[in-house]
Amino acid sequence: MAYRSHVLVCAGTGCVSCGSYELGAAIEGEIAKRDLAGEVQLVRTGCQGFCAEGPVLIVQPDEVFYCGLKKSDVPTLVEEHLLKGRPVTRLMYTPPAAPAPVPTLSQIPFFAKQKLVVLRNRGLIDPERIEDYIARDGYAALAKALGDMTPEQIIQEIKLSGLRGRGGGGFPAGVKWATCRQAAIHRGVEPIVVCNADEGDPGAFMDRSIIESDPHSVIEGMVIGARAIGAQQGFVYIRHEYPIARERLAKALDQARAFGLLGRGILGTKFDFDISVVQGAGAFVCGESTALMASLEGRVGEPRAKYIHTVEYGYKNLPTNLNNVETWANVPLIINRGAAWFTAMGTGDVSDNPWNGSSGTKVFSLVGKVNNTGLIEVPMGITLREIIFEIGGGIPRGRAFKAVQTGGPSGGCLPAAHLDMPVDFDSLTAAGSMMGSGGMIVMDDQTCMVDVARYFIAFLTEESCGKCIPCREGLRCSLDVLTRITEGKGDEGDIALLEEMGGVMQDACLCALGSSAPNPVISTLRYFRDEYDAHIRDHTCPAGVCKALIHYEIDQAKCDGCHACVTACSTGAITGQVKYPHLLNQDLCIKCGACVDACKREAVLRA
Amino acid sequence: MPRLTIDDLKKMRDQTAGALALRAGTARARVTIHMGTCGIAAGAREIMAALLGEIERQGVTDVLVTTSGCAGLCSREPMATVEVLGQAPVKYANLTPEGIQEVFRRHVLGGDVVTVSALASGCETTG
Repeated sequence: MAYRSHVLVCAGTGCVSCGSYELGAAIEGEIAKRDLAGEVQLVRTGCQGFCAEGPVLIVQPDEVFYCGLKKSDVPTLVEEHLLKGRPVTRLMYTPPAAPAPVPTLSQIPFFAKQKLVVLRNRGLIDPERIEDYIARDGYAALAKALGDMTPEQIIQEIKLSGLRGRGGGGFPAGVKWATCRQAAIHRGVEPIVVCNADEGDPGAFMDRSIIESDPHSVIEGMVIGARAIGAQQGFVYIRHEYPIARERLAKALDQARAFGLLGRGILGTKFDFDISVVQGAGAFVCGESTALMASLEGRVGEPRAKYIHTVEYGYKNLPTNLNNVETWANVPLIINRGAAWFTAMGTGDVSDNPWNGSSGTKVFSLVGKVNNTGLIEVPMGITLREIIFEIGGGIPRGRAFKAVQTGGPSGGCLPAAHLDMPVDFDSLTAAGSMMGSGGMIVMDDQTCMVDVARYFIAFLTEESCGKCIPCREGLRCSLDVLTRITEGKGDEGDIALLEEMGGVMQDACLCALGSSAPNPVISTLRYFRDEYDAHIRDHTCPAGVCKALIHYEIDQAKCDGCHACVTACSTGAITGQVKYPHLLNQDLCIKCGACVDACKREAVLRA
Repeated sequence: MPRLTIDDLKKMRDQTAGALALRAGTARARVTIHMGTCGIAAGAREIMAALLGEIERQGVTDVLVTTSGCAGLCSREPMATVEVLGQAPVKYANLTPEGIQEVFRRHVLGGDVVTVSALASGCETTG
């Protein structure tokens, strides 16, 4: 019998860690108990994006969104909504500042403002069932590419779409494909296609979510690309740290092989192509093209100088076309719906030059000091303000927006003055940041920008492979200087020194990890120089973050002796009798700030 | 699973698209079975089963079936509301399994309101 209702339980990594598998099992049990098993189907989908509110689920066709669910909510949910058709208001989502919960997806700003292209199937299909993907026009683009198009026509369509690499560089995919095809024909060798799923930026999880929620879209894109370029062999280079994504990708590849969508004679044609999965071992630099190829070959993952690009001499010196997960996932839709549909979204006119704009959409992971953290997809050209304040629901606890960091560790921090800037490849670069692979970290007024720069430089120092001196030594020295500044030991010449080292690294590093590494320092110096000056000259941290420059005191007039801070303090630094003002012993204080959070009367002062 | 050809893929897509239409919210009509305590006591579960069975037999994939609470007229349960896209909703009362199947064939598929079992035009939300 056909199902009348589908319960779409999010099984992305975020919700799984909040217990969505157990929740799903409880719902299945309750459905069976209520004798609804033939009527209501439970589907485990990929990440639905609203990670802040997990575990989440959607009941279709009613389009009702539930969040923050516990196992104890299950009997009510099943009886009231699934049996009696009365959606349960108390389990629905209440947007910040909204008077009451809102029931449906289209009424929640987080979902309503998004434009789903790459994530079109998220929360809609079971990523482990190829039948679900096919039902949503999956592999139709492959049928079209194999049946009705020549390789040249496929490349031309991708060129016209203006699709630019979603991994960060923004290089036009069609141009890369054409170069790779020509290099292979010219040398009489077989080219290779590779999918870069070595996503390593802190706080970024776009590619993981795409593979988790719709692995076949990446596979289909790669098969189409292989057909266009003339490749018979492909690789997905994926992080070992993504267990759910790896498992779903492996399942999807098996299904595609069983259905004749990979392997010999794809879809009954004479085209052969197969994909192997190679796991990375957690080195950030292996996201860089030449280091990735070295790692694929089994060598140490270090980059080489790129006088000759990997598109001509890559994996085992064969012409190798490397695109990122999100780029590949865009391909089936462009082939299916045409370049004109794709260029209708985005900025600029890419009709005769893909460098003239940014077409299509971009997936971002929206994290940090923002109410609705999660995974979003928006059209290119949307403003930062729309992303942070409408989709993201603004800054928690009514604090002020200070900066947004885009582009991962090598990106930059943009201040409030840039909030109305359109988000596309070229605007972000012009403002001193970059698109990167799509990490977006929001910061409030309690964030110290010198400390942020220090954090990213520390990350890159650990991840630098050490092959070239400007990167290895430049990062280490920059980290020393930044650490000194955050400890209040900075000198007048430090800023000039940071700028000089940054300039050398930009010019002289072997790969993009090093040449873009100074960006966090340069962009914070550009927009927040006064904070550096405050640290160096006044020995103060305006945001109250750098521990060496702050101390806590208890305002004797405000303290009512409630004892909450004494309980919160882990070192016993606060003493006092209940109902009498307390005292803080500076020698024992580790400046963790727990007392500030515990105090209801704002009697703990940070100075 | 045999290896697919381009034609097989298209056939498979057509066969499976219906189930996903439910999740994507594309449908030509919606039938709501009222499942208050009164409705369930009067046999709404049997009405639901009969309706889903009929939908399956007819091979229809673009009609949504949902439940809702008591419609307020407990003495006339089991009841159902039929909403065909672009037309006013119609409420049916005192349904039997055969009755809902007839409503599905004549009203949802055929476009004619089954006046014998129709109670009124409209639904709770539209007045």
